[in-house]
Amino acid sequence: MIRIAGLTKGFGPTRVLDGIDLDIEPGSFVALLGPSGSGKTTLLRLLAGLERADAGHIEIGGLAATNLPPGQRRIGFVFQSYALFGHMTVFENIAFGLRVRPRRQRPNQAEIRDRVEGLLALVRLEGLGARLPAQLSGGQRQRVALARALAIEPRILLLDEPFGALDRQVRDELRAWLRRLHVELGITTVFVSHDQEEALSLADRVIVLHQGQVAADAPASRLRAGEISGFGADFLALNGTTQAAAD
Amino acid sequence: MQPERSIGEGRLARAALIGAAVLVAGVMLLLPLLVVFVEAVAKGLPYLKDALTDPDAQAAIRLTLLVAAIVVPLNTVFGLAAAWCVSHYRFTGRRLLVTLIELPFSVSPVISGLIYVLMFGLQGWLGPWLAAHDIKIVFAIPGIVLATLFVTLPFVARQVTPLMHAQGMEQEEAALTLGAGGWQVFFRVSLPKVRWALLYGVLLCNARAMGEFGAVSVVSGHIRGLTNTMPLHIEILYNEYNLAAAFGMASLLAFMAIATIGVRMALEWRHRRSLQLGTEAVWVQSL
Repeated sequence: MIRIAGLTKGFGPTRVLDGIDLDIEPGSFVALLGPSGSGKTTLLRLLAGLERADAGHIEIGGLAATNLPPGQRRIGFVFQSYALFGHMTVFENIAFGLRVRPRRQRPNQAEIRDRVEGLLALVRLEGLGARLPAQLSGGQRQRVALARALAIEPRILLLDEPFGALDRQVRDELRAWLRRLHVELGITTVFVSHDQEEALSLADRVIVLHQGQVAADAPASRLRAGEISGFGADFLALNGTTQAAAD
Repeated sequence: MQPERSIGEGRLARAALIGAAVLVAGVMLLLPLLVVFVEAVAKGLPYLKDALTDPDAQAAIRLTLLVAAIVVPLNTVFGLAAAWCVSHYRFTGRRLLVTLIELPFSVSPVISGLIYVLMFGLQGWLGPWLAAHDIKIVFAIPGIVLATLFVTLPFVARQVTPLMHAQGMEQEEAALTLGAGGWQVFFRVSLPKVRWALLYGVLLCNARAMGEFGAVSVVSGHIRGLTNTMPLHIEILYNEYNLAAAFGMASLLAFMAIATIGVRMALEWRHRRSLQLGTEAVWVQSL
């Protein structure tokens, strides 16, 4: 269970998050939807501990996490650009979270190898452990980033625009695969997206952020069934205007 | 390598340009170096050996190595810290800091040396206090180290900063979420990320630290066997018309510089795979 209460964050004069209140059920698959500048990535970074909140609380699994350093939260974070370690092989990238553990909790070489091989199989990259990230395609890098995040056995998985940098076909495949993976592992997953169709097709629950506040929040099944009309209409309208402005 | 056709320069122009570049490099860079080595052995190898084993020459070699051994690690640490600040933080005075780091490149080395004489010399700001406490900086080894430190300060920072800036902080953040502590992030991610730029900066810094003449000349006092570095010793020999000994010493200094380049090339060759593919690829291609 993730409990977010009154979470507020500003950068200089701009208030990026303005009193967010959210409860996220364990095992759920949540999409944070919103135009750029709506604060969705900042919310994700606050959950991971990469930013410090100005006000408000974060509670994970019943324990206060607002000021917990990122390494102690056991949260897997997949960056939009993947942020793979370019000087390490795929194997070492995935093993990183195990190797940096304090000596007493660190698995031995054989255990690390087993774990990494298992994760490589899970993300369907068997036999590519010796490659460097630069030798992989975008979709493969995405899966390495995911395997690396899963290696620390996270309580929560956070994905920032996970499919943003991929072409359409790879994106569709990865979506389906990520959905199956979530069913299989049952890890609470929160992902950021600006694509409504993606959010609806992937998540159990869609939360729309607008100007740092929760603008709408509904189960994806009811949205798909068309039971809620006008959901996120403001956001859609806004999306339309920003699109028009971009055009 | 195939030229891009649309650019429209002919084969002839290309050949002329390449030829000119090779010619200039040969005449301006390679030939003088060859002259140094030829002159060094002109009077025969035994003479060269005597020139290099002379007590004053030995003292100069030791001093040069000592200065490099102090200056290079200090400027490596400083260069990394400065590069980190400038490329990852936004703060008032950041631009000023960038400019300040480059200052030693734009100031004449003689002036760099004079600064220390004016500060620490007998007539300088801190001179009387230092004399009262019996601390010698100018015309002693500390002065030489300080002057060399100043002159070679930009090398590491300049090499590392652009690469650090381009790579951003995301890998470090990823390492943090995976449970790495501050030092683990530094040694396992931040340092390896910039290792080639760092190595290159360190080698340049080392070459300059061993070869610096102007600034060191001002603060050294030219005391034979005590405060003469290799370049200063070479000048003294040259002024005494002891050409063979001067060139002998010069060839050793040149050899030390070439050896550092050799180390770099050997490392690049050994790690060519990761260099071509790693995050530094763009940086390496720009060399």
